[in-house]
Amino acid sequence: MNRTGPRLGEPASLWRMRIVPIATVMVASALPLMLPLVASSPVLPPFGLLFFLCWQLLRTEMWPVWIGLPLGLWDDLFSGSPIGTAIGLWTIASIAIHYLSQRIYWRGFFHDWAIAAILIAAVQALSALIVHPHAPGGRVLGLVVPQIVISMLLVPLFLRLTGKFDNFRLKRR
Amino acid sequence: MVRPAHRRPGQSRKAQYSLFVAYVIAVTGAVAGLLLAVLSVVDPVGFAQLRVASQELAAPVARVTRSVTGSISGIDDNVSAYVKAGTQNRRLRQELADTRRKLVATSSLQEENRQLKALLQLQQIDKAALAHGYLLTSTSTSSKRIALLSIGRKVGVAAGQPVRGADGLIGRVLSAGPSVSQVLLLTDVENIVPVRRARDGLPALSSGRGNGYLDVRTLNIANNPFKPGDILVTSGTGGLYPPNIPVAIVVRRQDDGALARPLADPAKVDAVSVLRPYTPDNIEAAPAPAAAPTP
Repeated sequence: MNRTGPRLGEPASLWRMRIVPIATVMVASALPLMLPLVASSPVLPPFGLLFFLCWQLLRTEMWPVWIGLPLGLWDDLFSGSPIGTAIGLWTIASIAIHYLSQRIYWRGFFHDWAIAAILIAAVQALSALIVHPHAPGGRVLGLVVPQIVISMLLVPLFLRLTGKFDNFRLKRR
Repeated sequence: MVRPAHRRPGQSRKAQYSLFVAYVIAVTGAVAGLLLAVLSVVDPVGFAQLRVASQELAAPVARVTRSVTGSISGIDDNVSAYVKAGTQNRRLRQELADTRRKLVATSSLQEENRQLKALLQLQQIDKAALAHGYLLTSTSTSSKRIALLSIGRKVGVAAGQPVRGADGLIGRVLSAGPSVSQVLLLTDVENIVPVRRARDGLPALSSGRGNGYLDVRTLNIANNPFKPGDILVTSGTGGLYPPNIPVAIVVRRQDDGALARPLADPAKVDAVSVLRPYTPDNIEAAPAPAAAPTP
């Protein structure tokens, strides 16, 4: 069969539907280590985590609940925290999103924002505590508070970006 | 409004099982991951190979972005500089006046020193650096302060070697890959450096705060001898860091010591040199070439 153009009612390419979300999270995780920025404190928001949460809030059923295992491993390789931190915390976050999406039946924008904000705060705080087990907890948390606040404020932007990527993902050929 | 999830698998046994299995995998994976994280905190070298591979992947891109954009680093520094411009200006003017006075005193001392050295025919032992490179990028999303150095095992970089810039100490090599290596910066919470006050040799310990500053504590807790403006240099105690590398300047006193600012800002430093670790072998090896030329 020799096709020349798009056909009516044909669904989006399966390949693109699967790859786009995973690729965005992976690129966002690796991006901070590719910028020429030698920071003296955690200044950049965790882009990978933001995309990971936004994709799950937008399309809860798209990924199985264990997707945090491979994506978390990838993030750990680039983030500088010990390997296993993001594997564990991201998966717990994704279980939380699946649970909440059953409890809150019709989620709105502010629900999504609140869920993402709480999960980012929890993941970043716990990961900082795991990274520095010997340092006083209060000081370690004080270190990541600015980053958590910035990330919380960026959630709407990332929800929008995820929406744009989702449109591209599902675009008919 | 997000469409509600159809998580209920209904009557289908197959769907029920696959959902259950997904949750079992997720929970066991998460627990295993957290255990792994705790283990790799205890033994940080455990997964070094995996991480080295990912850094070799990221380094070429970082090299390109660095050459394209130059260094956009120091954003946080610039912002806080704007906020504190007024007080900073006043403080800097005061410091400048103080420094001028000291400079005059020092230049005469330097001249005297040169003459004395000439009298003694003392040779300055050249602590030749092992290799030179530049800092490519850092873990700017994590609370760990690790930078990537543009050189690796191929030029002899190995774990445990001190790294310094022109202004002072930067940190030490944490692990080395074939062409990039990780540097644990001075400001990392886990990085403890034995220092002494340049003026009188008062021993102290500096540890990072993770936000660009250092905590300095003296070994005797009885009194707090630090004053703003005190310069701290490495003491060489405990090996690893060679003595007399500038480390930090005291900013203000605290209850249990002082708050200090590193003299070398890794965001602004252009080239860094990797030194030999200050171990007994290297210390004894150093005087040997110096002894030869003296008749």
